[in-house]
Amino acid sequence: MKEISCTLLVIGAGPGGYTCAIRAGQLGVDTVIVEAKKPGGTCLNIGCIPSKALIHAANEFRTIAEIATGGSRLGIAVGRPELDLSKAVAWKDGIVARLTSGVSGLLKRSKVKIVEGWARFRDGKTVEVETELGLQVIRFEQVVIATGSEPVDLPFLPFGGPIISSTGALELKEVPGSLVVVGAGYIGLELGTAFAKIGSAVTVVEAQAHILPHYDVELTRPVAKRLGELGIAVLTGARVKGPGPDGGLSIEAADGTTRRLAADRILVTVGRKPFTQGWGLDQIDLEMEGPFIRIDDRCRTSMRGVYAIGDVTGEPMLAHRAMAQGEMVAEIVAGHKRAWDRVSIPAVCFTDPEIVTAGLSPEDAKVAGHDVKVGLFPFQASGRAMTLERGDGFIRIVARADNHVLLGIQGVGAGVAELSASFSLALEMGARLEDVAETVHAHPTLSEGILEAALKALARPIHV
Amino acid sequence: MSEHVIRLPDVGEGVAEAELVEWHVKVGDLVREDSLLGAVMTDKATVEIPSPVEGEVVWLGAEVGDVVAVGSEIVRLKVAGEDSAAADIERSSPVVAAVEAQALPQPVVKAPASKVEAPAPDGPPRPVSQDRVAKPTSPLSRGAPRPEGERPLASPAVRLRARETGVDLRQVPGTGPGGRITHDDLDAFFARGPSDSRTPALQARTEVEDIKIVGLRRRIAEKMSVAHARIPHITYVEEIDVTAVEELRATLNRQKRQEQPKLTLLPFLMRAMVQAVAEQPHLNALFDDEAGVLHQHAGVHIGIATQTPSGLMVPVVRHVEALDLWACAAEVARVAEASRTGMAARDELTGSTITITSLGPMGGVVTTPIINHPEVAIVGVNKIMVRPVWDGSAFAPRKMMNMSSSFDHRVVDGWDAAVFVQRLKALLEAPALIFIKG
Repeated sequence: MKEISCTLLVIGAGPGGYTCAIRAGQLGVDTVIVEAKKPGGTCLNIGCIPSKALIHAANEFRTIAEIATGGSRLGIAVGRPELDLSKAVAWKDGIVARLTSGVSGLLKRSKVKIVEGWARFRDGKTVEVETELGLQVIRFEQVVIATGSEPVDLPFLPFGGPIISSTGALELKEVPGSLVVVGAGYIGLELGTAFAKIGSAVTVVEAQAHILPHYDVELTRPVAKRLGELGIAVLTGARVKGPGPDGGLSIEAADGTTRRLAADRILVTVGRKPFTQGWGLDQIDLEMEGPFIRIDDRCRTSMRGVYAIGDVTGEPMLAHRAMAQGEMVAEIVAGHKRAWDRVSIPAVCFTDPEIVTAGLSPEDAKVAGHDVKVGLFPFQASGRAMTLERGDGFIRIVARADNHVLLGIQGVGAGVAELSASFSLALEMGARLEDVAETVHAHPTLSEGILEAALKALARPIHV
Repeated sequence: MSEHVIRLPDVGEGVAEAELVEWHVKVGDLVREDSLLGAVMTDKATVEIPSPVEGEVVWLGAEVGDVVAVGSEIVRLKVAGEDSAAADIERSSPVVAAVEAQALPQPVVKAPASKVEAPAPDGPPRPVSQDRVAKPTSPLSRGAPRPEGERPLASPAVRLRARETGVDLRQVPGTGPGGRITHDDLDAFFARGPSDSRTPALQARTEVEDIKIVGLRRRIAEKMSVAHARIPHITYVEEIDVTAVEELRATLNRQKRQEQPKLTLLPFLMRAMVQAVAEQPHLNALFDDEAGVLHQHAGVHIGIATQTPSGLMVPVVRHVEALDLWACAAEVARVAEASRTGMAARDELTGSTITITSLGPMGGVVTTPIINHPEVAIVGVNKIMVRPVWDGSAFAPRKMMNMSSSFDHRVVDGWDAAVFVQRLKALLEAPALIFIKG
């Protein structure tokens, strides 16, 4: 095949890669993007989007099922709902298909050439791509590595058969009678909660002392309480020993006893690892930082003209971080002066209730040497939360004691994911407690919790 | 309350005056018994002055750099005591009036510091920034300085604009709440920066910092002035092939016993100088030009110009004529280290009769050494470099070193200078000659 030459080559069309390519194309950079699968990466195909679709379906089902059992305080009565999971999955697949073709359309509109196939570095200026039509050689001036990450498997629980990763969980056509989730990080809890809501008997096994180990206990407590209400058994401090003799799972519980857990499916969500194999990293010999590719504040690797963005460059492995990096790198390649100077990368757990974090927790802030003021507003005191039948959770605001500049905002509660924008906007703008306190927040909304938390930190709350 | 006067003590060595080099206290400080008040410097020795009593400093009698006579008042302390009547009387005396005039500026200095924006622990911060906006202030005084290492506070749009215009936001004072840098602050920064706002990273700086030349630096300055003003220097530069002596040095270093010091080129040069001055004794001498006498010394005391953290010092290796190569090396290492750490004794810093100056690998090609007054000769060694040398049939790589030496032309003729340097050259190029008597 005839060689292609381009100014910018992007390897991987996940959120980071496609954002980078679209922006580069908009800026008139001659750009090629290579992707072996469908555009959109983990996020669109097997991650953020499909899992949120499944969670939405499960929430709808659960709401109706609760009403059907006669528990509704709203005076609604319905018959017992039924779920055809294969239809829900087909609906989800429809959304994914629409979004992936949307990404392809955006790439084309930005005049980005898409090459479908598996890319492998030949050297620092050339890759070869195995396409359906044969080997395609691409020469480039600059390259962005956006290969992403993949689920970590446990050596004694290799994926296959009843042992599934998050990808497998999103493709199930039938609701498993019993599901054991190994790893109580956000992916495991999101999916475990969804399956519990549609009827699976769910057990979560976590080696650490509490669920969502990366978050502080105050934030995760409302989630732990809700897991109990949903009938999900949570075994913390427990170690998985291996598959049980007849299909289940053998674990060592926190008290040291060995237990066998029945499981039609075992969902392993013990983390993700950067995707660094099979695309010729060894051919270009980049400096690494642990398992990740080392980058600087402009996403430059140790090799000139080679950039890396997204999960392959480290934590937090979040789509919006990759997208922001991708956009920045495209602008750098187009000759603009850019560097990474973001104050916060917000993170959302779509658990029930949802958790949003931006900036530093009170503990992190103290470790960083700050004297802090903390204000916490519980949704119990929110009229809007009451009308949504959800008074659990709170908003917490962390500010420097000396000049009141915000250091972090966290929230836990049903629907707080949509508040994340004001959290990160306040931090990015360098807001002080007074800025939040003097901003009019619409009533009645959950967002009033941010105002009240700021007032609380200023020791002048109105509603608590 | 009463006053306790501290006078400059007799610091020994028969000196009548000393230079004040350091104050550890200022007016208004409370001092305990034995806590350090300051330090004075005599002829290369620094003496610390402790407080004999506990009290409050009310007057300092000298500024850093002043030369103070032994016995004169340098500090007055207010100490606890019942003699209040006496204190009242003293207060009305003109001396004490001056004291109060000095003490007065203190609260004035403190006033701006208390204005720093720092909210009370449990209240909202005062709207300092609004005051600033309301009152027109000079652009340079706007905004609180940011503590070292703190990330500048600015919105993403301001950060982007700064990046695109090449402005380092750490240099921009922020007038917004909490020191936030606003678009107006950036505008102000551009307005007062260099006219070409496209390159604001490069700025003309007009401040001048006055640094008092005190202590050792002042002594160096005085000595250099005397040496350069009084001595008509003649500097003679010659090229020396040090291949042989470097080979010998390497061999000796390989075979040396553990307790022996590592040899540098200096001990070879020192021994060569002993031989050379034996033939030209008037180069190993001190010239008293006022009396018109040249003191020609039999002992060869070689000063070794040494860079120390506080400046140039010249420790002395005494009686080099009586030291062998290894002893020379050990002595050079010892006195140089002693002067670097400030542990050199007085007689290790005085009494040289001829001096060597060497900058080692930094030695350059040529130097113009200043004679260590009242000596009459100084030998400067430059950097050793491998250079191609024509040996009559081919170019050979040789280790070559220039030697730049200065002489007091009043007592040393150019011819004598050349003979001396040529003798050193002959000895260093055939180093066996250094070790052969007669």
